[in-house]
Amino acid sequence: MITDALEGGFTEAPVQSARAFREILEAMARPGTIRRVQGATPPAPLSIAAGVALLVLADPTTRLHLAGEADCPAVRDWVAFHIGAPLAVAEDADFAVGTWEALQPSLRFRIGQPDYPDRSATLIVECDRLVNHGACLTGPGIETATWLNLPETAAFRANRALFPLGFDTLFTAGDRIAGLPRSTRVEAI
Amino acid sequence: MTEHLAAGAYNFAYLDEQTKRMIRRAILKGIAVPGYQVPFASREMPMPYGWGTGGVQVTAACLVPEDRLKVIDQGADDTTNAVSIRRFFQRTAGVAVTEATGQATVIQTRHRIPESALKQGQILVYQVPIPEPLRFLEPRETETRKMHELEEYGLMHVKLYEDIARHGQIATSYAYPVRVEGRYVMDPSPIPKFDNPKLSGNPAIQLFGAGREQRIYALPPWTQAVSLDFDDHPFETSKAPHDCDLCGAKDSYLDEVITDDQGGRMFVCSDTDYCAGRRARGMKGRLWAPEPEGAA
Repeated sequence: MITDALEGGFTEAPVQSARAFREILEAMARPGTIRRVQGATPPAPLSIAAGVALLVLADPTTRLHLAGEADCPAVRDWVAFHIGAPLAVAEDADFAVGTWEALQPSLRFRIGQPDYPDRSATLIVECDRLVNHGACLTGPGIETATWLNLPETAAFRANRALFPLGFDTLFTAGDRIAGLPRSTRVEAI
Repeated sequence: MTEHLAAGAYNFAYLDEQTKRMIRRAILKGIAVPGYQVPFASREMPMPYGWGTGGVQVTAACLVPEDRLKVIDQGADDTTNAVSIRRFFQRTAGVAVTEATGQATVIQTRHRIPESALKQGQILVYQVPIPEPLRFLEPRETETRKMHELEEYGLMHVKLYEDIARHGQIATSYAYPVRVEGRYVMDPSPIPKFDNPKLSGNPAIQLFGAGREQRIYALPPWTQAVSLDFDDHPFETSKAPHDCDLCGAKDSYLDEVITDDQGGRMFVCSDTDYCAGRRARGMKGRLWAPEPEGAA
């Protein structure tokens, strides 16, 4: 257990986190595009992509919420050693990781303040798979329209209605990652 | 990383990892709320404020070892600011550099958007002196923040209206404000308004960094950025009414160069890569003369 927690982080943090951030940036700037990241092997049930996203973005200055099965001793130990992010309840979290079911109700996460909309949560939603099929996405970062298999559409439509407030979402499955910022309009088809 | 450490004892891309994480979080929030200025804990950089400390920090947070970096200052690749920032990242990140717009993956720019169209996969990083478009109209940060919150942009329209009342036209010719996706009014940095149309619907990611003012903001690809105007005074771009004297381009933004003290002057493309590319393809302007034989 103890040795497990010490492994699975970046071995060359500056370069690996730079490459991973670039993929996350592309994913967030072009909602719906599915990118691949690598470099982390977090303990189950975290996916590689969720582990990479946490290593790149979270640190001791950000509060992290582990939801559902992600809130297990192995993940807690791994986060404590590699990231050092203080664990928090959903309402206070800067980052939250878990399956979409475990993260419900999604409207309890921070959506920012009218004068500081950036003070909002980023959800890292673990999925079984990511494919460009499903809900129709339009908005900034998308030339005409794109598609992504979202777990549901109602919550993301409600989130878009709060714009410029709202949470932002990263979807992860294995080593794949996709982004859905609050600015994206979502339609079920 | 090991070779970077051996070469200069700098972390990859100069900044420490904690700082880069903080900047990266700000960039992602900026992408999520296009045009909104995200506060960030800007660091002191080994160059003075006004030399692109904001742009340098954003570039440092985005660079990967495989990048090919281009740095321009008012369109030119060969001016002091551009050369020193390019060398800075060659030394601290070991990245390849280029002057060709089409070959660059990251372009840091001071006050211009390259003439050649950008494409998907490229990132354009702007150096921003004053990120707040309302700052010269309302000096209090508490008030401008409230104005953005309430979408209260009447003051900016009054300013443009007063331009028309005084000068007969909108006299703002650079740092011309844009409305992003119908929400935030944004300062596009002091680019000439000639470049404003290129902000909107651009396939590249556009990131803006203001080091002294500690703000980062962004335009994701294909984001709409509309230059503010009035129905009876629509937005118009402007440039010197000449062709480039070196390459003959009719469509590029021009710098005026004084050539003597008798009133002599010439107009040349501000984008040096665009101008050199046209000359390499055999296009000649009014004053173009080939290098004399044997010249270095």
